[in-house]
Amino acid sequence: MLDRRDFYKLVRAVAETHWSEIGCDECFEHMDRFAELEFSGWDAPTAMPLVHDHLRKCEDCRDEFEALLVAIGAE
Amino acid sequence: MQERTNEQWLSELRGPDPNEALADLYEVLVRGLRAALGGRADGVDANVGDFAQEALIKIMSNLDSFRGESRFTTWAKKIAMNVAFTELKRRRWRDVSLQDVLAGRTAMGRGLADPQSTPEQVAFQNVVLAKLRDIIDEELTERQREAVVAVILEGMPVAEVARHMGTNQNALYKLLHDARKKLKVRMEAAGLPPQDVLAALEEG
Repeated sequence: MLDRRDFYKLVRAVAETHWSEIGCDECFEHMDRFAELEFSGWDAPTAMPLVHDHLRKCEDCRDEFEALLVAIGAE
Repeated sequence: MQERTNEQWLSELRGPDPNEALADLYEVLVRGLRAALGGRADGVDANVGDFAQEALIKIMSNLDSFRGESRFTTWAKKIAMNVAFTELKRRRWRDVSLQDVLAGRTAMGRGLADPQSTPEQVAFQNVVLAKLRDIIDEELTERQREAVVAVILEGMPVAEVARHMGTNQNALYKLLHDARKKLKVRMEAAGLPPQDVLAALEEG
């Protein structure tokens, strides 16, 4: 049985779909630059919107990005 | 440990005696990994050294791909996080069969069971659900349906679902993106713009 939460998850995923999205490889390629912008207080989402959008949608990449932010701060 | 510019890192790591730079980079990676992975209950801290070593191998074989858009140590840490999380996901999901996950669900179900919705809301949601089920059956391939269930509904990592399906993370993300685009186009054509449906669900 598909419950309300599942239905919501699916519709939200569809609603947030953009015609042009980058994949995980391209996000990874730019993640270090995005992370440094974010860490330094610059408006990373505006500077790199496709990376920002992918990180919102892809938990795999988002986990690594959040870990990278912490790691940058460890230096 | 000495501070290095990006150029100094690259020069020393490519030079005839990279050992000091390698040792320093190893320490940088271990520090970063400990900070990022610290506090986890799964004992991963014991593997930080292994992750750093594996990352060093990848870093050394990919030095030419560093484009100088960030600090070298940030680029290197990115690779280390990828190594660590790839392994952590594999451990977390290694005993989970994709088929079990998929078998645990019927195909989209017959209707929504939500005691918090009004009868009118339930009726609307069931209309949308029926239409969505038809669109999924008509538009999505079997692989796309499996990926949608596993990743979007069950929350399995893209990398793990990709591994089970014999593909890679990037290809599976693109497969899901294609599936989402198909669903969006068809929902809009059916007079059910997903943003409007979402808004209606959020009101309920």
